[in-house]
Formats: sequence, structure tokens, C-alpha cells
Amino acid sequence: MMEDSVLFSVKLSLWVAAVATVFVVLVGVTVAFFLARRTFRGKELLDVLFTLPLVLPPTVTGYYLIVVFGRNGLIGLPLFEWTGLNIMFTWYAAVLASFVVALPLMIKTTRAAIESVDESLILASYTLGHSEWWTALKVILPMAKKGILAGTVLSFARAMGEFGATLMLAGNIPGKTNTMPLAIYSAASSGDRAQANTMVLLFTVIAALFLYIANKLNKRVLS
Amino acid sequence: MSLSFKGKKVLRNFTLDVEWSIRNELAVLFGYSGAGKSMTLQMLAGLMAPDEGLIQLNGRVLFDNQAGIDLSPQKRSFGYVFQNLALFPHMTVKDNILYGAHGLGRDDRKQRAEEMIEQFMLSGLERKFPHEISGGQKQRVAFARALIRRPAALLLGEPFSACDNPLRIELQNFLQQVRRDFPIPVVLVTHDLTEALTLADKLIICVNGKVLQAGTPAEILNAPACPDVELLVNSSTMSLS
Repeated sequence: MMEDSVLFSVKLSLWVAAVATVFVVLVGVTVAFFLARRTFRGKELLDVLFTLPLVLPPTVTGYYLIVVFGRNGLIGLPLFEWTGLNIMFTWYAAVLASFVVALPLMIKTTRAAIESVDESLILASYTLGHSEWWTALKVILPMAKKGILAGTVLSFARAMGEFGATLMLAGNIPGKTNTMPLAIYSAASSGDRAQANTMVLLFTVIAALFLYIANKLNKRVLS
Repeated sequence: MSLSFKGKKVLRNFTLDVEWSIRNELAVLFGYSGAGKSMTLQMLAGLMAPDEGLIQLNGRVLFDNQAGIDLSPQKRSFGYVFQNLALFPHMTVKDNILYGAHGLGRDDRKQRAEEMIEQFMLSGLERKFPHEISGGQKQRVAFARALIRRPAALLLGEPFSACDNPLRIELQNFLQQVRRDFPIPVVLVTHDLTEALTLADKLIICVNGKVLQAGTPAEILNAPACPDVELLVNSSTMSLS
């Protein structure tokens, strides 16, 4: 029988990753579409900016997020003054951290998938009278579907595994913000091997399952 | 019915400077690769803008740099069959054809699609995907999709280039049938002179971004305008004999 605290962490991790992934898909597909299909000044700079969390230590990303969304942050302060909402040390913060860290994977995968759509199909759609948006909806996105799905699965897995930025932004509050990676850290550092073992095994199985799905989707994209 | 093209475009190592006009006939833009034929087709369709020029279809100005007119591809009412046919692989034969029926009412779309399927001998293949049908059938789907809206002119970007000879002859016959059913100006691009001479009402010889001669195949065969055209004619006569 799984302990309540373990169950809470599993549920919280899945919930946080799911909510983050919804936003990752919406924002990631939109950004990837513009990066793949439009030419504008500063495009590559924007790409670098969105990709940075992939290479920065999550603690650095977390620190930036505190600067922006913290109680006295650039967005955090006006948000608090207008709405009384402070996202620090809540599950919202865990979602935000997961979102920022997983977004680059979504953008990279989706951009590549959109760029690999045969240009003549897009031009054919234009000559048949269809607008750019309708073409995106009916030709480009369906053709890039498998890449987008693979990106979604990878992003979900990455969001589930987020640790550093989550710790900085949401803290490690038992029963409130301790997602699986944080709970594993707590269990291991306090010597609770049994709990650590359970969660590590569980996490490994879930992550492996997601990678397997992502690989399958990727193979279907390439074939 | 008429289609006229006057366009100039300067690229890094290439200058296109072309002018021609056709009536309700099948015009073949003939030239070897790099002559600017496909570029001309793209400019006609609005997929690429000339630096300067004037493009008119049935008296309607599609492009005029002096007047600042450059209609989008969506507003030009050309049917365009691409070299690779550009069928949507994720759509069935019927959906590919219906996708071309943009701007028609729902009932009209359905009825027109059924007519096209019958007319282009695609009955029974409606639910198949492009990878499940033969090369000749794919060609017919591409034509049906391009023609369902009843465009004012048809542009063909070497759609027969990947076909073997028997299929090519079958498709050339098919094109003659299309011309009878859809009496609109047709511009066909090819680098195959035999095909050009077989199909063309009017032959437009393009070399290095320029039109060297335009006329009926007989006119060009009998009186080539310059040594370059004569060379092409001789090689064609040799290949035909």
C-alpha cells in the first residue's frame, strides 16, 4: 500500500506536468510556427531566448523566474498589487517552473517538424485559394502532427522531472509543493530509503514509458 | 480569353526578362533547366513577385508594379498542378479534391466533387490516400483538385516529368481531354521537346531568362529565329525521327 505522502507527490507531479504541458503545447506550437514560417528581425535571438532554459542550470532559470515572478518581481509585484495573488511557493509556481524548462523541447521538436513539411504542399494550398491560417490548420499542423505529439510527450516527461527551478520557485513544502523529484530528494537526504526506493522506481517506470512513446512517435515521423 | 505576362526579375546570377501573351490555347514554355520557366510560372501564380512587370488574365490585372498591384495567389484564380503534384498525403482522394473547392457552397462542393471524380475516372478511389493509388491516378487527382473551382487558366509545372513513356503518352491524351472539357488558357512547362511539340498550340522557347522565339511548333520548326533555336529544332527533329 502506497503511503499518502507518496501518493500526494505522484498526483501533484502528474497534475503539475499535465497543466504545464497544456501551456507548453499552446505556446510552443505558436512560437515554433512563427520561428519556422516567418522571417523577422531578431528571430534567431528569440530562438536563443526560448532555448536557453535547455542549457542553463535549472537553478539559474529558477532565479530568473524569481526576479520576474517573485513577490517583488517585475511581474510578480504588479500582479500582487492588482490581484493579491502571489504565486511563489504554490503549485502554480511549480507549473511555471516546469513550463519554462519544458518549453524549449516543444519548440525545437515542433519547429523541426514544421520546417520539414514540403513547401510545395503549402504553396499548393495557397493557389487553391486558402489563407495562410487555414493552410496552417489544415496542412502544416496535421503534417507536423507526429513531431508535435513527440514534443508533447518529451515536454511532459521533462516537466515531471523538473527539480531545480521548482525548488527555487515553489519550495519543497510537504503536502503542498513537494513534487516527486523534491520528495525523492527529501526522502534520500533524511535517510528514508524505503520511500525513496518506491518513488525512484515509480518515476523511472513512468519516464521510461514516456520515452518509449516519444521514440515510437519519432520513428513514425521519420518513416 | 487571354493571359499575358511581362516580367523582369534580377537574382544574384540570373536575370529573367520575359514577355509573351497567349489566347485560349495551350502554350508550352520550353527550355532547359535554369531557363526561368518555373520562375515564370511562380510569378504567374503569385508565389514570387517580379521586380517589374505586368500580368493580366482576361483583362484583369494580377500584377502591375507601377500601379502597385500584386494580387495574392489566393485571389488569382489559376489552377496550378505542381511538378511533384503536391497532393496532401494526409487527405483522401476525395478530400484532396474537395480542398480545391474553396469558396463554393456546401451542396455545390459536394456535387462538383462527384462530377470531377467521375469525369477524371477516379470512381472507387474516393477513400484511398495518395500513397495507395498509381502515378497516373495521382496525376488525375491533381488535375481534378486544380480544376474543381473552374479556374480562369491552368498552370502545369512539368507534371509529367517523373512518368515513364507509356504513362506519359496516356497523360498527354488525358491533357487533350482536359482541354476539351475546360477550354481555358493552359501554360505547360517542360524541358522535353518532343512533349512540347506534341502538345503545344503555341511554343515559347526560353533560354537564360529570355524568350528567343514564340509561335506555333510548325512556325518554329520551319523558321527558327536564331542559331540557338535552330540547334534546339535540329536536336528535336533528330529525336523525333
